Amino acid sequence: MSALTPFDPERLFADGARGHGGLLGIGYRDHGADWCELALPYKAELIGDPASGVLASGPILALMDMATSCGVWLRLGVFHVHATLDLRIDYLRPATPGKTVIGHGECYRITRQIAFVRGHAHDGDPDDPIAHVAGTFMSTGKGYR
Amino acid sequence: MTLPPYAEALGLIVEPGDVAPTYVMPFEHRVVGRPGFLHGGALGGLLEMAAIGALKQALAGDGEDGGEARIKPVNVTVDYMRGGRDKVTRARGSVTRLGNRIANVEAVAWQDEPGRPIAAARMNYLIVR
Repeated sequence: MSALTPFDPERLFADGARGHGGLLGIGYRDHGADWCELALPYKAELIGDPASGVLASGPILALMDMATSCGVWLRLGVFHVHATLDLRIDYLRPATPGKTVIGHGECYRITRQIAFVRGHAHDGDPDDPIAHVAGTFMSTGKGYR
Repeated sequence: MTLPPYAEALGLIVEPGDVAPTYVMPFEHRVVGRPGFLHGGALGGLLEMAAIGALKQALAGDGEDGGEARIKPVNVTVDYMRGGRDKVTRARGSVTRLGNRIANVEAVAWQDEPGRPIAAARMNYLIVR
């Protein structure tokens, strides 16, 4: 993707994500000027607790990493190479087995080197979230601006 | 030890240890993010599995009800230190404090040597005895 092409998250996920995103089956849902929403469909392979059928926390971490990362590129307007510096997740309640998890990631500030992000995840009702996240990305190029 | 489906999906192999098991994650297509590098989510998932493995082993050796206890993740903070390259990644957890209701656990992931971590996580778990 050229640095001059406006970043389009829908196109990024249009052919199905590759690599780890493909294993998880993460897809595009919605976006705005500084936020992106991705969907993680329920899959038996992603179960962390076989007794309850609840999804492992790892796939939700991956979902939020991708959603907040897209939030940064949307706020910038273009794709930019960067790396997650840290990501913190509060697991508010277990995801309901069988339900698709929606990850909403937002970038609320970008400095020369660091992008600050936050987000939440829910499984149908945004007022009953399953996770809350906060994190930072760092530019691995010549700086975000 | 039987692995949950998500650990199987990551391709994890468990090496038993005296204090905590080591989780080995081969570099395969399913854990790749941008070309040539590990996905941050897969690395976070590996760290969480390593933390849970260390906690379960600590609980198994903790009195009569420890082995029966259920654990619930409260939160996780992952720090990414180096890009994960095209090689095997290892991770091991360590229980900082095992209480009656809460456990504080750390996990570190490395590729070349344990002293050069590529990522680390701190997790808090609720223990239901």
